[in-house]
Formats: sequence, C-alpha cells, structure tokens
Amino acid sequence: MFKRLFPHPLLSIVLALVWLALVNKVTTGNVVLGAILGVVVPMLTGPYWPRRAKMSNPLRVIEYVLVVLWDIVVANVQVAMIIMFKRNENIRSHWITVPLELTSPEAITVLAGTITMTPGTVSTMLAADGGSILVHCLHTDDPEEVRDTIKSRYEWRLKEIFQ
Amino acid sequence: MEFAIEALISFFLVVAGVFGLVGSFGMIKLTDTLQRLHAPTKATTLGVGGVLIASMLYFLLIKGGLSFHELMITLFLFLTAPITANFIAKTFIQGNLRARDLPDSQGAYGWSVYDDPPKRTDDNED
Repeated sequence: MFKRLFPHPLLSIVLALVWLALVNKVTTGNVVLGAILGVVVPMLTGPYWPRRAKMSNPLRVIEYVLVVLWDIVVANVQVAMIIMFKRNENIRSHWITVPLELTSPEAITVLAGTITMTPGTVSTMLAADGGSILVHCLHTDDPEEVRDTIKSRYEWRLKEIFQ
Repeated sequence: MEFAIEALISFFLVVAGVFGLVGSFGMIKLTDTLQRLHAPTKATTLGVGGVLIASMLYFLLIKGGLSFHELMITLFLFLTAPITANFIAKTFIQGNLRARDLPDSQGAYGWSVYDDPPKRTDDNED
C-alpha cells in the first residue's frame, strides 16, 4: 500500500519542496498543494521508473554536492586560463575511456552530469552495456590522471551513496 | 555596512560577467566542435552561478527576505545543461566520427552509438 502510494518517497519530498520554492511563499495552501503534487506526480510517472533507486548513505549526498561545487569553481578558473592564455595549437584535447564500477542507471546519470558540469571534461557517450563512459577532455597532458581523478573523486563517493 | 554589502554583491556580479565573457570568447576562439562544447558548460556554471548568488544576497541582505527562486534556477540548470551537452556531443559523433576515431571502450560492448545494447532479461524484475 505504502509502495503503491509512494513509489519514490524521496521524489515526493523533493517535488513538494520544489513546489514551495517555486511559489516562494510558505502558506498552508501551498503546503497542501505541494503535498498533493508530491503524491500525484510519482504515482503517474511510477510506471516509467519501475525500480526504486537505493540510497544507503543519504548524508553523504551533502558531502558529494560540496565537493562538486568546489571542483566546479576550481575547474572553471583552470578552463578560463586555458581559453585565455593558451594558443589553439597548444591545446591538447583527449578522449578518455573511464571504465565504470557503478551499475545503477541513477548513479551513472549523476556521474555523467558531474563530469559535464565540472568544466574541462564533457561526458559524451556510454558503452552499449553501460560498462564505461567516454569523456572528452579539453586539455590535459596526462589522460590517465584525469581518469583516475574521476574514479577516485566522484565514482567512489557515488558508490558509497548508491550501493 | 550598506557599502560592504553592495561591494560584495557587485563582486559576484563582476565575477559572473567575466566568466560569461570568457565562456563566450571560448566559443569563438576554439575551433573544434567538441572543444567548443566546453565553453557553454562553463558559462552556465560560474557565470550564471555568480549572478544567482548576487541575487540571493541582494534579497537576503537588502530586501530582507529569503528567495528560493535562484536555488531552483541553479537546480534546473544543473539538471538540463549536461543533458544538452550530451545530446550535442552524441549528434556530433553520430555525424562526424567513426568507431575507429574513438578509444576502445575497454569492455565487452562498444560505444552505444555504434553498438546495440545487450538484450535485457530483467525488465519485469522488481
């Protein structure tokens, strides 16, 4: 019964909070409307998302978000430097294959999004079985190091969160 | 105090403007399509992020009310920007690159643009 009503409990909470943030005012009416959205939307979309993503360590999400935000700032400066001060012929772009240990689609999606949002790398494609991800790197002298950073900094943390 | 707040807000606005400018400049300067893809992913992070932080500070410190719209904009940007970039990259690969131009996937299956996915047997598992 609970599972029928709330196929994705976390999604329900997020939807209600997003609704409140969108109207930007916390009133009783808005809370009720948010709660209704939180119940109805996951119920309607449930069939398209049959398996519930397991999150064993929700608190580490905060740590992950902070790490990523910090990396975004640092990497932004680095890429700005590359664009401003490097001549085009000195920019060495690389394709990097990152073998994945993550298996859940949700975790891989978050990892791909993270790779793209931290500038300097864009995730372009998955292997057909989802076993590795193809990353395009704007400039690096050491492709292996970039791959190892992605694995140790992001993938390892996501593994802790999702498995 | 008023001045310090305004200076702080201006600082974030200027930082945002600089990164937005550099991102757009990158679009012109870089030549390869995939290299140019790196520029917009940057303008949306620090460029837009700086404006949003400035806006939140303005409403919090000067107007005296917490505004959540900026957080929502950040959230939606972070959700949509990588997907757009991924679509562009995939379209580019589909149209311009062959499998031999790319590194090996180091797995049993090749890259998804060229190879079919394995047959799923667990579709009804819950």
